[in-house]
Amino acid sequence: MNGQTSAPRWHGLALAAPALTVVGVFFIAPLAMSAVVAFRDKAGGFTLEHFSKAFDLYTTDLLFTLAIVLLSTVLIGVLAIAIAGYLTLGENPRAVALLRWLYRWPLFIPFVVAGQVMRTFLAKNGMLNHVLIGTGLIEPLSAQSLLDWRGIVVAFVWKQAPFVTLLLAGAMASLESQHIEAARNLGARRVRVLLDIVLPQVRGTLLVGLVLSFVTMLSVLSVPLMINPNSPTMVTVDVAYRINTFADYAVANALCLLSLLLAAGGAWFYLRHAASKAVT
Amino acid sequence: MNALTLPSPLRALLRAVLLALFAFAIFGPLLNLFLWAFAERWYFPSKLPLEYGLTFWYRVFQPRGNALASLGTSVWIAVLTVFLSLAVAVPAGYALARLKLPWRSAILLVFLLPQAVPNLPVYVNIAQVFYQIGLNGTIVGVVLVHASHGLVLAVWIASAAFASVDVSLEEAARNLGASAWTCFRTVTLPIAAPGLIASAIFVFLESLDEFTGTYFVGVPDVTTLPLLMFNASMGGNYQIASITALLLLIPSIGFMLVVERFLKADVLAMVGR
Repeated sequence: MNGQTSAPRWHGLALAAPALTVVGVFFIAPLAMSAVVAFRDKAGGFTLEHFSKAFDLYTTDLLFTLAIVLLSTVLIGVLAIAIAGYLTLGENPRAVALLRWLYRWPLFIPFVVAGQVMRTFLAKNGMLNHVLIGTGLIEPLSAQSLLDWRGIVVAFVWKQAPFVTLLLAGAMASLESQHIEAARNLGARRVRVLLDIVLPQVRGTLLVGLVLSFVTMLSVLSVPLMINPNSPTMVTVDVAYRINTFADYAVANALCLLSLLLAAGGAWFYLRHAASKAVT
Repeated sequence: MNALTLPSPLRALLRAVLLALFAFAIFGPLLNLFLWAFAERWYFPSKLPLEYGLTFWYRVFQPRGNALASLGTSVWIAVLTVFLSLAVAVPAGYALARLKLPWRSAILLVFLLPQAVPNLPVYVNIAQVFYQIGLNGTIVGVVLVHASHGLVLAVWIASAAFASVDVSLEEAARNLGASAWTCFRTVTLPIAAPGLIASAIFVFLESLDEFTGTYFVGVPDVTTLPLLMFNASMGGNYQIASITALLLLIPSIGFMLVVERFLKADVLAMVGR
């Protein structure tokens, strides 16, 4: 580009250096430390003992974590497609405006607040049960607390779906409307237009949003601690427990590495799809 | 029109019901929180609080109460985090947008990591290191942890803001004899200012709401508002927890209402790059 100044290359590097240092020292170094601590025995040698202990104690929780985060991701995807799709293709302008105003309230609400909110809302004595009983949908005796894996999923979806919807609706709004209108004029139903014409064009944005949500949910500590701290629970709770109760950094780090592996799985999924998209 | 079998009054009804359900899903939990914040007494199985009042609000806001101290700590940490993050992110964003950079893609990757990798391992190990060098339980320690995460957002947004400044304006200033620094100070920086303010708001909010890092690094002396809320909730004091949660909701919802002014397409397009 012509506009780039003729300053030597090290100028740019010097300007970026302080930020790189902060990220390097306070993020990347501790991350690397995780890999070292997880494989080191007391004498400083290499060992897999911490991993076998982590698997012995927490295999259920690892699977539980993966299941919860995957289920949440799928639900977030479905909701985001439905809401963003209606915002793009909806015919009733009032309903569209109302939905646009409604959906993003949880957008910047912190996870810890979402946890507290759901802790009261989904409890046995919470508003959800009272409304279900009041409308006659369930019997008072069959009211049950949803503060288990379901509560975690609800809190995750409630908090993350608006984020993915915001990204997706933005991407859909920037699509060329001619294709959509042409399909509608040919008599295609809205659901078909959404799934066959709109969605394939915004698949990349959807995947980015979902992978970011997947990774974020994997490392949330507050929501499982507040909603479902007892076994089986999420790996983040186990990590906090190993550290706070036993100061057992080795097994904690082994668990951390395993959840990093799960996140890497998400990233791999994204890259594979991004690559296949580039080919087609 | 398409071949939907439902007649239009039924469709209107269905639409209204779905929207009402959705509104309940969004606002029901928030309303429940709101009720708890003003409940004096609320036992099973009553549907609504037995008695409303402000007793717990007085307790939260009493001059020497924990909540005001935590609010002060939270805001102070967030302000310091914004200063530190922007001080290093603005030059980095400028370099990414305007200057030739060696290893550019590696640098971009470094600035992507904190948002793309689970943060728990980082907090665990940084807490251990900080404990050894005496930074655990200090404001500085918490600010460093918040900044290492927040500055990444700031770098992205600042870089987008600088990239959107018209280069010909800078060239005009340089041709009229302005030095590089004068040109940056009087032309580039003012034009990019709205984007930089947006990134400051993002970093501020992220720091204000941060839980996990503070949970590990802040103990035992630094209690931010999210930690206070968490402790109250786990202690079974739902009123105090709900009131502090409401305090945390104010900036979050305020920002949500104005977000489109800041989250322009150029910033959104950066997400995931």
